[in-house]
Amino acid sequence: MPANRFNAFTDLGIGIGLRIPHYNHILTKKPTVDWFEIISENYMCDAGRPLEVLDQILEQYQVIQHGVALYFGSTDRVDRDQLKRLKALVKRTKTPFLSDHLCWGSVDGTYTHDLLPMPYTFAAARNTARRVREASDYLEVPIIVENVSSYAEFHVSEMTEWEFLTEVVERADCGILLDVNNIYVSSKNHGFDPYEYLNNIPHHRVGQMHIAGHSKYEKYILDTHDHPVLDPVWKMYAHAIRKCGPTSTLLEWDAHIPSFEEVHREALKAKKFLGAVKEKKDDAALAATTA
Amino acid sequence: MNRGNGRQTLSELRDLQHLAGAVIMRPLSRRWRMQSTWTDKRDMRTVTAEFIKPNDRLTSFERIEIYNRQYWFRLIDSFYDDFPGLRAVLGRLKFNRLAKEYLTQYPSRSFTLRNLGRRLPQFIQDHPALVKPRFELAYEMVRFEWAQVEAFDGPAYPAVSVDDLLGNNPAKLRLALQPYISVLELKYPLDEYVVRLKKTGLRGDASNAMEEQTHEHRSKRRIPIPRPRKVFVVVHRHDNSLYYKRIDERGYRLLTSLNKGATLGRAIRSAFVAEPEPGRSRPGRPGRGRPGSTNAVAPDPDAALVREWFETWTELGWFCKPK
Repeated sequence: MPANRFNAFTDLGIGIGLRIPHYNHILTKKPTVDWFEIISENYMCDAGRPLEVLDQILEQYQVIQHGVALYFGSTDRVDRDQLKRLKALVKRTKTPFLSDHLCWGSVDGTYTHDLLPMPYTFAAARNTARRVREASDYLEVPIIVENVSSYAEFHVSEMTEWEFLTEVVERADCGILLDVNNIYVSSKNHGFDPYEYLNNIPHHRVGQMHIAGHSKYEKYILDTHDHPVLDPVWKMYAHAIRKCGPTSTLLEWDAHIPSFEEVHREALKAKKFLGAVKEKKDDAALAATTA
Repeated sequence: MNRGNGRQTLSELRDLQHLAGAVIMRPLSRRWRMQSTWTDKRDMRTVTAEFIKPNDRLTSFERIEIYNRQYWFRLIDSFYDDFPGLRAVLGRLKFNRLAKEYLTQYPSRSFTLRNLGRRLPQFIQDHPALVKPRFELAYEMVRFEWAQVEAFDGPAYPAVSVDDLLGNNPAKLRLALQPYISVLELKYPLDEYVVRLKKTGLRGDASNAMEEQTHEHRSKRRIPIPRPRKVFVVVHRHDNSLYYKRIDERGYRLLTSLNKGATLGRAIRSAFVAEPEPGRSRPGRPGRGRPGSTNAVAPDPDAALVREWFETWTELGWFCKPK
């Protein structure tokens, strides 16, 4: 299950996000890291320092692209210039697949630069799936879509978030980037059972997982990516990989970023959970052979 | 508004995104909260309740307000990252007001925030009251800081070397500046001022125009506003780091002339046009009492100086072939 057609049959291990404060450490110390995730839009420029650093990173590491601005759920026309630039970057990084979010964020060509929650309707699912397919066809790499954390829900919704996610990925025939922290955040903000979410998605389509920290406010939880992963999220993560298999996992840490070592150490905690599931699978396989 | 009573259509989805987008991108109140009335004067609570579900802790208004505030905080943060010098000369309150007004008129039309400030120089010219009494300083600062955004990651074409220039007829040779280079005549020594600001840590780390080696020697000391003094500065990058290079007025004239499409020979001649004597008009323009006359004669270009300039500038990779 970890290597599947949705992630181009890769089994990458544990990665972390490539962030500016760590550039120097990574380029000079060359730490051992399974893979780095880059925010595509930060490198969709013409030249300069971002691409120079990226090229140096690419000499040493596997890089996977993660986007924040394809806005699959928007009703706007797909921006061809954006796709063209993205494709050029795909060729540069040789990312075997890429991810972006199950959200909308632009209206008539004006960008909010936010990951806005979808109304969970069949019309939205059809529109979103069409746009995922269009992008994937143009970019010529598999796309996996990430569930976002949200703070508002629409009256017009016709299904749950996990039903909507399933509807979109089945229609688009694409994979899922399962963000476990986002499920936790949304479950607290909207009052649903996060395990019901985890149990009711097409597990065979999960191509990667995200884990992160969040911030608690008096009346809601905000997905801030500025803390270590909290215990309830680790618990959910353990459940998710039991369901989906030991899947490539990325730790997101985007604000108040500590040292590279601290971020990496936090990410590697996922190994314990992945190892446990792998061992169980090996035992089961052994038992099946000896039976 | 479809409240879930029937299947939503694509057209209704589009309408919903238009409405939600308009609410989210609407300017915040003076207290940085969502405005209490909608554009048609209806209570915002009523408007938001029509399409956003409340929960047991937050009203519809409060839930969408999270997005409304996030939108403005994110854009203004990004604006600050690109224009920290402008904020330093205007102060926080005036800067925030300018940002709100500008972003209301020119919201982001690109998938990247990199281009957010592109129209700010023109906007300031159109709205001088927003930056008074420091219009001139603010305008110059915006030009200078936008040049840094361009220099950070603007496109670069194959550079023309000194060897490429050898043997060419200056009367026919045309060169262009790399697109990431800006040649500026500034009314204030903003290069010095911004370097001092950076040392105090006023530039945000997420800036497009950021250099990495800015974290030393930071202090809370206020940097005095610069006094007017004309300077000529080239904002460029070398080895992918951002630099400001001072040039003199002749160099400025040469580079701008080349970039406008003049031949090398003509650009060099334009650089060495003599300065008018005080009280007289510029060369080439009619003199006051003697229509049609000029008041100065262009001296011979200083060949050694021109050679030295071109050695430096080509080494820095400033020139490319014109498109």
